[in-house]
Amino acid sequence: MNKVRLMGERVMERFLMICALISIISVLFMTVFIFKEGLPLFKHVGVADFLFGSQWDPQGDNPLFGILPFIVGSIMVTAFSMVIAVPIGLAVGIFMAEFAKGRIADVLRSVIELLAGIPSVIYGLFGYIAIAPVVRSLTSSNTGLGILTGAIVLAIMVLPTIINITEVSLRAVPSHLKEGSMGVGASHWQTIVKILVPAASSGITAGVILAMGRSIGETMAVLMVAGNSPTMPRGLLSSARTLTMNIATGISYASGDHWISLFTTGMVLFVFILVLNIVVQVFLKRSIEKDS
Amino acid sequence: MATMIEVRKLDLHYGDFKALHGIDMEIEENEVTALIGPSGCGKSTFIRTINRMNDLIDSVRIDGEIYYGGENIYDDRYDVIELRKRIGMVFQKPNPFPMSIYDNIAYGPRIHGKKNKAELDILVEKSLHHAALWDEVKDRIHSPAMGLSGGQQQRLCLARTLAVEPDVVLMDEPTSALDPVSTAKIEDLVHELKKDYTIVIVTHNMQQAGRISDRTAFFLNGYIEEFGTTDQIFFNPVSSKTEAYISGKFG
Repeated sequence: MNKVRLMGERVMERFLMICALISIISVLFMTVFIFKEGLPLFKHVGVADFLFGSQWDPQGDNPLFGILPFIVGSIMVTAFSMVIAVPIGLAVGIFMAEFAKGRIADVLRSVIELLAGIPSVIYGLFGYIAIAPVVRSLTSSNTGLGILTGAIVLAIMVLPTIINITEVSLRAVPSHLKEGSMGVGASHWQTIVKILVPAASSGITAGVILAMGRSIGETMAVLMVAGNSPTMPRGLLSSARTLTMNIATGISYASGDHWISLFTTGMVLFVFILVLNIVVQVFLKRSIEKDS
Repeated sequence: MATMIEVRKLDLHYGDFKALHGIDMEIEENEVTALIGPSGCGKSTFIRTINRMNDLIDSVRIDGEIYYGGENIYDDRYDVIELRKRIGMVFQKPNPFPMSIYDNIAYGPRIHGKKNKAELDILVEKSLHHAALWDEVKDRIHSPAMGLSGGQQQRLCLARTLAVEPDVVLMDEPTSALDPVSTAKIEDLVHELKKDYTIVIVTHNMQQAGRISDRTAFFLNGYIEEFGTTDQIFFNPVSSKTEAYISGKFG
């Protein structure tokens, strides 16, 4: 009897370990294949010409593979989406953790869950039909499609991430800290600003960076609303192409070096995401250490 | 000696559960009032009504009055912030903020608008002296409060409370998480502090109540079973239940 149970334990343990290995191997394979497909571009194109070239003309007689406009596009769209999403996300997260009660809290929570579950192509449609016209009518933009519109759509997309992690981090702050603050006569709001948010800051920062990763990696929604012109963006209203858009745009017809360059673009994106993830790990680790 | 706080017919409900039944009590100025009784008898719940800490819990409903400075603190227009400034609290578990020793103590005064660095310096030092912690931390008041021992953390919390210059200090089992040496230090402090403050202390430890308090209230099942001078409660209790509890027959 005892032996059988011990066997069962061992089998289960192995099974779980194999599942864990599968996910590790997937990441490994993905990395290897993208680099294997992407690196050969550098036989024909210099690394600096690729990363810092500002001309993209992969099918010309004298093909040019400068992705700097897309790197700049990605960074601009992501940065502006954060400028919009972080303050709103923080505010809603604080509201949910500290103020929302009863029905309002329930409704809000399910709406935010829904927001997180909507496919990005729907965000794209919404941005195209609802946000672009507003941007067009309020600004000098001709089409309304560009960095600003892309950033607004992305901001709405990543809001649930920021809201949820802000709420969870604030709820994780031990209640005796709140009592200590209120006990010396601090108001609820003073307690939030001076005690709760600082105590939750590592977690909140991790959430913001996670949202940044989603934002920089998002493809479909920005493809539909950011204009997709392969030139260097000139400002907030300028039409732009991001790294993700470059891959998605070329994949259906590219061949030769152009085809390879899409994987090389993927490599660059991969490095961006990797760096963001490492930063998240550092912050999460710090927040765990702070709690103990 | 004047009455500092007057509690009249105080009832408290957690949802449907009635935790306090018609509490009446007078808390005298510059005295130590101890609240004793078995677990779940309502003593901690009661002490938290005196500075309205129970406001933080949604399901709590309170009826009755507590008079402090001639006003009912449960009046709708009463300023809770001002109340908590005047009636400070030290909690069961030491709860320093994750910041420096100095900033912990300056937290309250800063919240209440004191920004002058020199004034704050004096106040921090004075408060640490009052809590008998100055000598142990004077060389590291800008290092993290979390680095202090449990007993030091609790005295830090006391200093933090004293820094807002209250009239009354509420202590909710302040020594239950501490070792005997730290406990003795806190007890000495209570004795010292009652010259300047009015103190209400919840304690699980009857010997402690006997050592440090002037008056004792014995709580049982949400009622005050008996309230009187500590000598009377310990040596000449009226209620047989008080006598049984004091002599260690239950609890």
